[in-house]
Amino acid sequence: MSDKLIKIVRFIGLGFLEPVIRLSRGEETKKNLTDILKKIVAPLASILLFILLWQSGATALFNTEAEYRIEKAFNEQGQKAADEMAVCIESGEISCQPNTLPSPSQVNASFNSLLKDHKVISADKKAFKEKTAALNKQRIAEGKDPIVYTGRPSFVDQIITSIKTVFAGFLLAIFIAVPIGVVIGLSETLRSSINWLIQIFKPVSPVVWLLLVFMIVKTLTKDSDTDSSFIISFISVGLCSMWATLVNTVMGVSTVDKDILNVAKVLKLGPIQKVFKVILPSSLPLIFTGLRITLSVAWMVLIAIELLAQSPGLGSFVWEEFQNGANDSNSKIIVAMFVIGIIGFLLDRIMLTIQKFVSFNKD
Amino acid sequence: MAYLELNNVNKTYGKGANATEVLSNINLHIEEGEFVAIVGFSGSGKTTLVNLINGLLQPTSGEVLFKGNPIIDTSHERGVIFQNYSLLPWLTVYQNISVAVKETFPKESKQFRDERVKEYIEMVNLTPAIHKRPKELSGGMRQRVSIARALAMDPEMIIMDEPLGALDALTRGNLQDEILNIWNKDKRTALLITNDVDEGIYMADRIIPLRPGPNATLGPEFKINIERPRDKTSLNDDPEFKKTRNGIIEYLMEIGEERSTSTDETEYELPDLEPKYFD
Repeated sequence: MSDKLIKIVRFIGLGFLEPVIRLSRGEETKKNLTDILKKIVAPLASILLFILLWQSGATALFNTEAEYRIEKAFNEQGQKAADEMAVCIESGEISCQPNTLPSPSQVNASFNSLLKDHKVISADKKAFKEKTAALNKQRIAEGKDPIVYTGRPSFVDQIITSIKTVFAGFLLAIFIAVPIGVVIGLSETLRSSINWLIQIFKPVSPVVWLLLVFMIVKTLTKDSDTDSSFIISFISVGLCSMWATLVNTVMGVSTVDKDILNVAKVLKLGPIQKVFKVILPSSLPLIFTGLRITLSVAWMVLIAIELLAQSPGLGSFVWEEFQNGANDSNSKIIVAMFVIGIIGFLLDRIMLTIQKFVSFNKD
Repeated sequence: MAYLELNNVNKTYGKGANATEVLSNINLHIEEGEFVAIVGFSGSGKTTLVNLINGLLQPTSGEVLFKGNPIIDTSHERGVIFQNYSLLPWLTVYQNISVAVKETFPKESKQFRDERVKEYIEMVNLTPAIHKRPKELSGGMRQRVSIARALAMDPEMIIMDEPLGALDALTRGNLQDEILNIWNKDKRTALLITNDVDEGIYMADRIIPLRPGPNATLGPEFKINIERPRDKTSLNDDPEFKKTRNGIIEYLMEIGEERSTSTDETEYELPDLEPKYFD
């Protein structure tokens, strides 16, 4: 039973829980205690150290900025203004707070306020929905568009939008890169004739892709009045991130072991059978390596693309907060940074788990 | 007309100045139901010869005839047991054999195919490992899967390319007996490529040494006139065995010496290279 539990825990990448499970069963107490020390206590200690460093760094920056402000007030308006400024900073008055790297506690406070904000907005949304439910039914019956909520999206809404965009882009990348990769990988002529295209477009920056997609989509959606920013951003994300999958698929398909190809010949598999029964399974590990890179690239460029395409999401959240310049903007940006990092990490974990699941090289 | 015929076969890799002739002037005739072994040094072109017969390669000149028709492609009539097992690593034992059976008997019922797969797994004693992947099997077990796969396709002729080369002596002996048993049952034609003279004598009706390549060609054949079933333990005292064994080894040693003296004469000029440091 718990052997199975350990296997599952290991499989989903939570291997650090293994010694805890083993210890709870009373197995090899000494060894498992050192394992816990290594796998759980040490990482926790490093997180603590990180927060401490951050705190002291933030304090140092805060003091530098505060001193600068006081000195500036002194130089411009004399001793009295400087004293007032010092008192003002000391009192935590918003108007004279130094604008610098926020401390961990400030970030935590912003995180909580963002959550609170989300609760308010979703309650608001719910109320709106209830209020318009009857009216919308009537409007649909009359053939009109229903009234939708157009209020400000909350932070959580923006996270969800970002994840949707990245998955749409990721799916687009799969549907373009894998089939093309297989076809190119199978034919040496195609490989050498298309190689230049791949090599030239692979290093192109996400910004340029965005502009290119913008040019095309703008023209194509000229007649419709729907918001095309989502389409533009997910297509750009897909185009930016698909190259890793494309190159890996081509590589995987074109380097199938010769012995395995000989088996296919001796068994006299037809061309379609050969692709689906021999070539694809044997290149699956490489394809998945490509997909993993693609997903992490997609998540990374998404922020930049959202920022530029002004489509809703974490990228525009960061950009708006930066433009906003409110006293808690900086700490909100740091919150977004951690959220982006953690989601990216989780996405990679999910892909790794799927990769382990489909790969035949598992132990 | 023999069952399998190789007439004046040459095989060259590369073109022009870079061409190396691996096999030259190979003549081989195998009758139906015969068990022939070809022994040779490693690198003498044995695998090339096998690939010519199973249809993976085409000769540069000369002809390879199977039942009177030139071999232009692989065929289910000739089953191949590869040197490195060549199992599909993502499939289980059952699935590996099932792929082959499905290709050979596309019109038969599912039940027939299922039974056939299981029958051949049973034949090589792998029923307990039926749902394991090649990675979880030992070398000997993998080779048995490979044998089962080749035989499940019901070939008229079995071509074995050093099938037991990578196995330890004990497993090797067991598998030799298993292969002989299977061959004995319905007397398929068999061609065994090996580098082990004793294995050849124990298993085959005829042994033909392959002179080492490049320009490998077949030497004189040695008939093995030892009654079947042969007994491995008493074989060592059999005068006939000793005579044949010494004959083959002497022949191989002779050409081995020939080769080593002939290669000594050519001196290669080495390029004047010096290591470069990047620091």
